[in-house]
Amino acid sequence: MKNKLMLTGVIIIILLILAAVFAPKIAKYDPTYINIKEALLPPSEEHLMGTDMLGRDLFSRMLFGSRIALTIGIVAVGLAAVIGVALGSIAGYFGGKIDSVIMRFADIMLCFPAFFLILAVIAVVGPSIFNIMIIIGLTSWMGMARLIRAEILTLKTRDYVLCSRVLGASNFFIITKHLIPNGIGPVLVSFVFGVAGAILMEAGLSFLGLGVQPPDPSWGNILMEGKAVLGVGWWVILFPGLAILITVLAFNLLGEGLRDALNPRIK
Amino acid sequence: MIPILFGITLISFAVIHMAPGKPTDLVTQLNPKVSMEAREKLNKIHGLDKPLYVQYLDWIKKIGRLDFGKSFADSRPVIDKIAERLPITLLINVLSIFIIFIVSIPVGIKSALRKGAPFDKISTVAVFIGFAIPSFWLALLLISFFGVHLGILPVSGIVSLDFEKLNLLQKIFDLSRHLILPVFVLSIGGIAGFSRYMRQSMLSVEHQDYIRTARAKGLPEKEVIYRHALKNALLPIITILGLSIPALLSGSVIVEKVFSIPGMGLLMFESVFMRDYNVIMGILIVSAFLTLLGNLLADIAYVYADPRIRYEK
Amino acid sequence: METCPRSNNETCPRPTRGDAFVVGNIGDARTLIPILASDSPSSYIVALVFSGLVKYDTNVELTGDLAESWDIEDEGLAIVFHLRKNVRWHDGHPFTAEDVKFTYEKLIDPAVPTPYGGDFKMIDRLEIPDAFTVKVIYKEPFSPGLTSWHMPIMPKHLLENESFVTTKFARAPVGTGPYKFKRWKSGERIDLVANEDYFEHAPYIDRYIYRVIPDQATLFLELETEGIDLMSLEPIQFKKLTDTRFFKKRFKKFKYPFFGYTYMAYNLKDEKFKDKRVRQALNYAVNKQELIEGVLFGLGRISAGQFVPESWAYNEDVKPYPFDPEKAKTVLAECGWQDTDGDDWIDKDGKNFEFTILTNQGNDMRLKTAEIIQRRLKDIGIKVDIRVLEWAVFINEFVDKKRFEAIMMGWGLGREPDCFDIFHSSKTGPGEFNFVSYSNPELDALLVAGRRTFDKEKRKQIYHKVQKILYDDQPYMFLYVPDSLVAVHSRFENVKPSAIGIGYNFIDWWVPKAKQRYRY
Repeated sequence: MKNKLMLTGVIIIILLILAAVFAPKIAKYDPTYINIKEALLPPSEEHLMGTDMLGRDLFSRMLFGSRIALTIGIVAVGLAAVIGVALGSIAGYFGGKIDSVIMRFADIMLCFPAFFLILAVIAVVGPSIFNIMIIIGLTSWMGMARLIRAEILTLKTRDYVLCSRVLGASNFFIITKHLIPNGIGPVLVSFVFGVAGAILMEAGLSFLGLGVQPPDPSWGNILMEGKAVLGVGWWVILFPGLAILITVLAFNLLGEGLRDALNPRIK
Repeated sequence: MIPILFGITLISFAVIHMAPGKPTDLVTQLNPKVSMEAREKLNKIHGLDKPLYVQYLDWIKKIGRLDFGKSFADSRPVIDKIAERLPITLLINVLSIFIIFIVSIPVGIKSALRKGAPFDKISTVAVFIGFAIPSFWLALLLISFFGVHLGILPVSGIVSLDFEKLNLLQKIFDLSRHLILPVFVLSIGGIAGFSRYMRQSMLSVEHQDYIRTARAKGLPEKEVIYRHALKNALLPIITILGLSIPALLSGSVIVEKVFSIPGMGLLMFESVFMRDYNVIMGILIVSAFLTLLGNLLADIAYVYADPRIRYEK
Repeated sequence: METCPRSNNETCPRPTRGDAFVVGNIGDARTLIPILASDSPSSYIVALVFSGLVKYDTNVELTGDLAESWDIEDEGLAIVFHLRKNVRWHDGHPFTAEDVKFTYEKLIDPAVPTPYGGDFKMIDRLEIPDAFTVKVIYKEPFSPGLTSWHMPIMPKHLLENESFVTTKFARAPVGTGPYKFKRWKSGERIDLVANEDYFEHAPYIDRYIYRVIPDQATLFLELETEGIDLMSLEPIQFKKLTDTRFFKKRFKKFKYPFFGYTYMAYNLKDEKFKDKRVRQALNYAVNKQELIEGVLFGLGRISAGQFVPESWAYNEDVKPYPFDPEKAKTVLAECGWQDTDGDDWIDKDGKNFEFTILTNQGNDMRLKTAEIIQRRLKDIGIKVDIRVLEWAVFINEFVDKKRFEAIMMGWGLGREPDCFDIFHSSKTGPGEFNFVSYSNPELDALLVAGRRTFDKEKRKQIYHKVQKILYDDQPYMFLYVPDSLVAVHSRFENVKPSAIGIGYNFIDWWVPKAKQRYRY
């Protein structure tokens, strides 16, 4: 059952990536092409998911939206991973004052409800795809820093690390060649869950009107537009909602599978 | 503790003051009759014409006295604005924690005990969906269905318009009706998460030596599970629950907006749109403080639940 | 109140008192001090709790409110108001000329951050010969002066020793209007109760409840379940969502003219936009009717300049440019803009014609308008980018500092046609409203003349010319005048939208006993 679930997740993610990569090939219409006369058409052969308020083809918009969702998820969490791994491994390896300063900083950041912090920063710098990726990245590295630090604390007493040190390898070499590769497992799991979280986060921000700004079609803002036509255009609210649900689900399934694979004790 | 509190104030202040533009711009919407002069008057009143570090020092001195300054939007003390909004947010969050607890623990135990049984499979699927569903989407679907289509639950707000005329029992009933959907939406992620943790926790405890010993001693299965396994499985849950307070608070922004609940989350949203810096900083600090408090409570609960840990000194 | 149709006088029901009126809106009020309230929620409440000296009647003519009558003296240099006697503040204290004087002093007080001081700075001095007479002497004849006295009057006895920044009055106001303030639960609701002693007559509806419902979708669901009695509708809601039998049974929809318009402003300091023929060509290239269909669902009209068709200043002879992309291309070619390098974008001196439209975030209709314009200008070879900015950044960093090529915005206008602040060449300083840097000496002279003239016919002639010049010069691409759209619960009688909106006769709205929903 476990493997089947994980496999489902992987298949969905692969399909999504394909959709995102080949969006211009698959889409029948330009996602920003406006045709007022065809506004709010229900799903049909012509428009698989119907059209929105401005007569744009929803299926094409959803396809291009998958690019934004994946980009935001992967870039934002990638940034968080880079920061988290860097700070966490420095803290874990050097220990002492450096460790306590870095981890204290992480503790402080963890005290803030993430959404509050993100909203505050968006209030300041304004919403855009770029800003949202950076902000999510800057506010979600703490968990990963803790994970890698814990791994490194145990790894650094291993013989081969001590050996390297005795042989005169630089700290940078030891950290990047020995410690991080061996301790990255939990971070990887956390990364996959993080992507799911970031996609949900963008949707939530869009719902508040603080997410990706139109005309860029993100699932979040398509959904937000759908809100305005709740009652006459069920398709505008149904499809993006489902897309978010399924994508987040897929990443969570993958994350769960990875975690079990890395932690065979619990099965 | 002190450095953490200091760090919290520094981050809150730093985040807000990276901004171009002044918060007073918003009070003076685009109205041809609003002059530049009026804006400058407002800036002066709020001390925005001073250098940044002076503003920070002024601000931090006041925070010691629980004075978060005044809101730019309506010139009321920030602490008053937060104080009138906080109780309802706390109520919803506490209710959610309660719901999360009473739903996810039995679900987690049952899934763990009958691993692979239909219940475990169904609950696993439900858990994953609960994790992945966008909360506002769910909220809108629920309002449309229960509020508009069936007409059995109120659409928004926390009390009916004629609340004052109701007697106590009716008041409680009215409030509960209004809170059903918001609390459900706020707890759904938590329920999913905690049933999962609980299941894992139970599974890992089950393989521990003392459980095997208990079983070997021939203790009845019920006693093994509820006296020994459960107690130990609950320990990590308590910690995680304490740590989940920021997530719950985060969720309250969206839930309060969809359901028109005048809590702290909604105040945050309004203030972000109005660039009401003082209120945003105030909320950041109060929410961080609540998180610290939650962690502290979790620690205490942990000590209480686990006799092995005792504070010394 | 107005009488029933004469034909069926016998069945004419008499207004009954009672019930409550529940309004839903996405924003909470900020301050109920009238001279500080500049956001619309605050203004709604202030309008019910306070009264000004004058107000508009349904013919958009000024009529007395707290002033019974007035005289214009010294060829427009002075206005003498004769105040109503026996008006009392909601706390029972009598209303006198002292209150008017006090309000005036606060309006021009440098320590009070009021946005409304401008018109009152034209006043030389204000005298109160007796308790019920106010004489306002202007520095020079100033025709918009009379209108400015619709400013709500504040009670001196409660505010004279208060700081306007900290006073509790801001959340517990006392006025002379038809409704008294009852209470305000932040972020949730504001309650008003009928003022039995209101000087016109006591309102029929006992309570006015303002509910804050911050999400537009929830607000509409709340309307569908009759949780609120009035809501402003978006065009799509008006057109499509409210077309059900269920809805029609419970609500009446009203459509009335909005005083304001949406436009795309050019930075006239920008080389590309300096030539007015280019600006005219762009107008030809945009299909305004398409904007009205697509953005407003047909609920609006093409804008033909600064004034809306309902205004007496409106010049019928100014016709909006038709949609004619071919003509646009020809004119642009005459100005030197042609596609010389075959990349489908028109160019001049080796540079493509491209620009960015800035607009503020949070206004869907403006954004959709920009998207459609972007599409149409692409058809004639102009490359347009759209950038959406948060409001404060938009105004502060881009509009005020004139760092823009084009912006998408809207003006909400009063009934007074004076637009000196928007188009006079002296108003181009930072933070002033002629941010497009428009300058036309002929128009400047007309705007000054318009302010000094009191005779309405003569003013009409002046503003007709103003409109003609503005439309010809196209400092903005004038786009559309949207309709105001509201739904009101059908139990309310006597709801009669007019040229001045829908709420003007609110004290005459009533609900038959059998249909009343709330008891207090």
